[in-house]
Amino acid sequence: MLAFTVRRFFTAVLSVWLASLVVFSAIIAVPGDPAEIILGLNSSAEARAALRTKLGLDVPAPRRYVAWLGNVLRGDFGESLNYQQPVGRLIKDRFKVSVPLALGAALVATLLAIPLGIVAAMRRGTFVDPLVMTLSQVGAAIPSFWLGLIFILYFSVRLRLFPAGGFTPFDTDPVKWFRSLVLPVVALGLGQAAVMMRMTRAAMLEVLSQDFVRTARAKGVGTRSVVLKHALRNAMVTIITILGLSLTNVFIGSIIVEQVFALPGLGRLALTAIGTRDFPLLQGEILVYAATIVFLGFVVDLSYGLLDPRIRYS
Amino acid sequence: MVRRRIDVAKRANLIIGAALVGTVALAALLSFMWLPTDPLKMNFASQLKPPSGGFPLGTDHFGRDLLSRVLVGARSTLYVGFIAVGIALTAGSLLGALAGFLGGVVDEVIMRLIDVAYAFPAILMAMLLAAVYKPGTLTAMVAIGIASVPIFARIARSSVLSLKEREYVEAGRALGVRSGRLLLRHILPGAMGPLIVQASLSLAVAILAEAALSFLGLGTPPDVPSWGNMLREAQGFMAMSPYPALVPGVAIVWTVLGWSLLGDGLRDLWDPRG
Repeated sequence: MLAFTVRRFFTAVLSVWLASLVVFSAIIAVPGDPAEIILGLNSSAEARAALRTKLGLDVPAPRRYVAWLGNVLRGDFGESLNYQQPVGRLIKDRFKVSVPLALGAALVATLLAIPLGIVAAMRRGTFVDPLVMTLSQVGAAIPSFWLGLIFILYFSVRLRLFPAGGFTPFDTDPVKWFRSLVLPVVALGLGQAAVMMRMTRAAMLEVLSQDFVRTARAKGVGTRSVVLKHALRNAMVTIITILGLSLTNVFIGSIIVEQVFALPGLGRLALTAIGTRDFPLLQGEILVYAATIVFLGFVVDLSYGLLDPRIRYS
Repeated sequence: MVRRRIDVAKRANLIIGAALVGTVALAALLSFMWLPTDPLKMNFASQLKPPSGGFPLGTDHFGRDLLSRVLVGARSTLYVGFIAVGIALTAGSLLGALAGFLGGVVDEVIMRLIDVAYAFPAILMAMLLAAVYKPGTLTAMVAIGIASVPIFARIARSSVLSLKEREYVEAGRALGVRSGRLLLRHILPGAMGPLIVQASLSLAVAILAEAALSFLGLGTPPDVPSWGNMLREAQGFMAMSPYPALVPGVAIVWTVLGWSLLGDGLRDLWDPRG
């Protein structure tokens, strides 16, 4: 297991390093003078020169990259041009919105998808399976941001049950915090549930068709026990992979849902950074997103290495 | 009996998917020849109207006809989707085929690059491109295309890995056929089936991504009707009329559902064990 973990760890580190190269190269790829693009055509030559120095544009790119990477490794992503604050602090603050949103959506998706996927697999050949599959097929086609708009229309505008947007921090008022997250979490989680449902069903069908399940049944083991003790345990490798994928999907999906519900999370911060051409902020944010995706992939790899010895020895 | 029922269900995916996609393609084609009204024409006397004889799907906050806009939107959506998936299919198939065919260091390097591409979903890639260049249709297409490369590369690689061991390839080698020709003319065509199935499924994803990017202001520019930017504009007026948000949303669901059903149907035809 140690060799497997070390190998996967180095692959993940390599991916993050290559991602850092892509993110850093963005400012080099800007056509023309980045300082002029950021400050506008009417800016003074002095202001542009000062910004070039601040961004390190007067230093050769390889040296600049090494310095930037060194700072990033120490947790220093530079200073936002727009907010005049450390990028690291801005990102940390926004995590308080984006992380509960993504985790809540993943929880909603898991709680819906795994039981329904199992039921669909077990009820194959009855009306339940096609019903669940149709729901899943249609659900996966509904964009979370549209579902969010429909929720606002119905639950906020018509029924006035939940706020249409905005965010209350947990420390200020836990009840308002919860209410501000319900609609975005459900809008984001439902689409993901639809995708996970299909995958869980497929994983369960695969396991349920194997010989050991037939043997267990032939020995008189009850359906409940066959499903929960034998089949589900073996389907866990696939289900864990699905969970990892769904966490990545909801983390990325939160960028759009934050926009619908005016939540001040990482996604909105990134869009502001694009609008204001705040390169240090955008570079920091995109690197954090990419590193999180790689990290989630690494955790998934490790967990299925733990669950299935065949994978770690392959 | 059970088998026949399964066959009918599998064909149903294909037929329903083709019908849904077909209507969207027809709508897009129709929009080149005929539109009820000018989709950009503002009519302040008819703002946010519900469906009626004059405006079958209602109007938006500028009084523009939603039917005309949704028809033109089909064009933008399919255009971005096809180009993005075309980029991914071409680049992904070639990279995956080269990795599988050459193996060794080339395989290792290509697959590591593919791992990096996984870390940049379409939205992240589009954000990066939008900051460097200007947000627009081209950056959206390229971003969606690059983000979809890994799945095609993996499929092409695994198909080529299995096909290159076949006897007909060995025979080709023995006859002195050059590697490039062997790969492009004899191996890659054999891997096209799963790639085409994936193209249909990826079109569903690409259409969702295009709508999302346009909704965020990172895709099709606001002066060109697209379903994503119709939703973006509708956001502020939902309390007054739900139609500007409902119409493009239904169009997106319709099209995405169509492509994914078509992909599933094609996969069932291609691999009946699946």
